[in-house]
Amino acid sequence: MLLELNNVSRSFGGLHALSDVTLTLPQGEILGLLGPNGAGKTTLFNIINGVYPPSAGRVRFRDQDVTGKKPYALAHMGLARTHQIVRPLNELTVRENVMVGACFGHERHTLGEAATIAAQTLAFVGLAERAEQLAGSLNVAQKKRLELARALAARPVLLLLDEVLAGLNPAEIGAMVEIVRQIRAQGVTIIMIEHVMHAIMNVSDRIVVLEYGRLLAEGTPAQIANDPKVIEAYLGSADMAQDLQSQVNYHPVNGVACTQAQA
Amino acid sequence: MKAATEELRAAPTARQVQLARWTSPGFWLTVVAVALIGLWPLVTGDASLRETFFTALLSLALASSLNIILGFTGYVSFGHVVFFGLGGYVGMVALNQGVPLWGALPLGGLAAGVLAYGLGAAILRLRGSYFALATIGVNEALRAFVNNFPPFGGATGISLQFSVYKSYGGATNALWLAYGLLLTACVAVILLSYAVKTSKFGLGLMAIREDEDAAEVMGVVTPNAKTWAYVLSAIIPGIVGVIFFFKNGNIEPADAFRLQFSIETIVMVMLGGQGTVLGAVLGAVGYQRLRGFLLTYPPVKDLQLAIAGGLLLLIVLFIPAGIVGLIRRKVPALRKFLV
Repeated sequence: MLLELNNVSRSFGGLHALSDVTLTLPQGEILGLLGPNGAGKTTLFNIINGVYPPSAGRVRFRDQDVTGKKPYALAHMGLARTHQIVRPLNELTVRENVMVGACFGHERHTLGEAATIAAQTLAFVGLAERAEQLAGSLNVAQKKRLELARALAARPVLLLLDEVLAGLNPAEIGAMVEIVRQIRAQGVTIIMIEHVMHAIMNVSDRIVVLEYGRLLAEGTPAQIANDPKVIEAYLGSADMAQDLQSQVNYHPVNGVACTQAQA
Repeated sequence: MKAATEELRAAPTARQVQLARWTSPGFWLTVVAVALIGLWPLVTGDASLRETFFTALLSLALASSLNIILGFTGYVSFGHVVFFGLGGYVGMVALNQGVPLWGALPLGGLAAGVLAYGLGAAILRLRGSYFALATIGVNEALRAFVNNFPPFGGATGISLQFSVYKSYGGATNALWLAYGLLLTACVAVILLSYAVKTSKFGLGLMAIREDEDAAEVMGVVTPNAKTWAYVLSAIIPGIVGVIFFFKNGNIEPADAFRLQFSIETIVMVMLGGQGTVLGAVLGAVGYQRLRGFLLTYPPVKDLQLAIAGGLLLLIVLFIPAGIVGLIRRKVPALRKFLV
C-alpha cells in the first residue's frame, strides 16, 4: 500500500474534526474524497502531509511510519499537494514558483534542471506564456493551475488535490479535468477533494465519503451515487432525497413523476 | 499537450534552460560603481572624504547583510547591531591579546555566526512581530550582559593598546587600512548577497518570505534555511564590527549595541528596496547622504532621527517595496537589470 491511515483522529479543542478514520490507498489509484463542508476532508489532507500530527492513530506512507513528520520530510518522500485556497508566492515569478517545487520537492533538482522542469510543467498546465509574470498577478483559474504545476514539478508519487476545480467556470473545469486525467495516465497516485460531482464521479476509481469526521461510505462512484446514507448526508433526510430524485426523474413527456423513484 | 505530458516524466536533459546567474549587468554595474567610488579617497588621499565614505560603506555592509534575513527571508530583525557589537568586542579582546588583525577579523565573524546559529534555533520559530520583538530583547539582554562582564571591560569597555597600531604602521596608516578593509568587505557582501539571491538556497528563502507554510509543504526545510540565512547575515556585521572598533580604538556597550543603529539599518533596506541586492546598496548610501544633509542643515539638525522614523512610516505606507522594488513593479523591462 502506498498510503495507510490507521484509526486516525484529530481534535481541535472540543471539536472532533476526524474520528477513527482508517483508509488504505494502493499505488496508481485515484481516490475521491467527498463530504459536506466541515466533514474533515482538508483536516485529513493536513494530517497526511504533516501540517499537524493526528491526535491518535498512525499514518504510513511508502511503507514507513510518517506520523508526526514535517511537511518537508513528506515532500522529500514524494508527497505533493495543492491548497483549497491558493497560496502562490506572490512576489516571485510563475516560473520561480514552479522551480521551488522542483528544487525542494521529491527529486530536489538543481536550479538549472528545475528551470527545465518548470518550463515543461508550465507548458503542460497551459501557463507557459505567463512564466515571467509575477504569480500575484494571475487570475484565480491561473493560480489554480500554478498550484498544480508547483506540485507536479516535484514529480510526486502521491498527489493531494484540494478542490482544484472550485471557483472555475465550466470551460476551465473541463480543461482541468483533462489535466488531472493526464497526470493519472503518468501513474501518479491521487487523492482529490472535490465538490464538482460529475468531475469526481468521472475521474475517481474509488470514492470515500466523510461526515462529521467519520468515514460514512466507501466504494466505486456508482455505489456511492446510489448509497442512501450518502444522499442523506448531502440532502438531509432520505425522504427529501427521494423527493429530489423523483424530480430528477420527472418525465417531461407524460408529465408524471416516475413511479420507481417514489418506491 | 500530449507531447508535453510525455516530456514531463522524462528526465531533464542537461541544462536546456540557461539561467543567467553571473551575467546580470545591473549587478556588475553596482559592484564596479561601489569599488571605483570607494577607491577614490585611497587614490586622492583625501582624509575627510575617507571619513564620509567610511560611514556610508559601514551602512552599506550592514544594510546588505541585513537584507539577507530581512529582504530575502522576510524576517524583520531589530537586532542586527548585536552581531556588529559582539564582533567588535571579540576583535578588540583578540587584538589586545596580540592576535593579528587578519586573525581577529574572522574571529569576530565567527563569534557573530555562532551567536546567530544559537539564537536561530531559539527565536527563528517565532513569526512576524514576535520575532522582531525577540530580536530587540536579544540586543538589550546582550548589552546588559556586557555591561556586567569584566572580561569585556564592563560598562567602561575596552581600549585598544596603542602598540597594536604600531604593527600597522601607526595610527594614521591604520585608518587607511581600516578603510580599505571595509571597502573590501562591502564588495564581498554585495557578491555574497547576489550569490545567495540567485542560488537554490536563496529561492528557498524567498519562498519562506512569501509563504512559509506553503514553502514547507513544497519541501523547503524551513528551520535549516532560516538558521543559515541568519548566520550568513550575521557574519558580515561581525567582521565589520572588528574593522570599525579597530579604527575607533575603543569600544563600550552603549556604542556596540545601539538599537537606533539597527533601526536605521532597517530604514535603509526598506528605503532602497528589501529583497533586492541593489536596493540595500542604494538605500544605505541614500540614507547616509540624507542624514549627512540633515545633520549639517541647522533648522533640522536635531530632528534627524524623527525624520528617519517618519521616513520609515511613509515607506511602509506608500512604497513597501522600496525604491528599487517600485521601479521593478512599474517597469517590468528593468526587472532583469535591477537585481
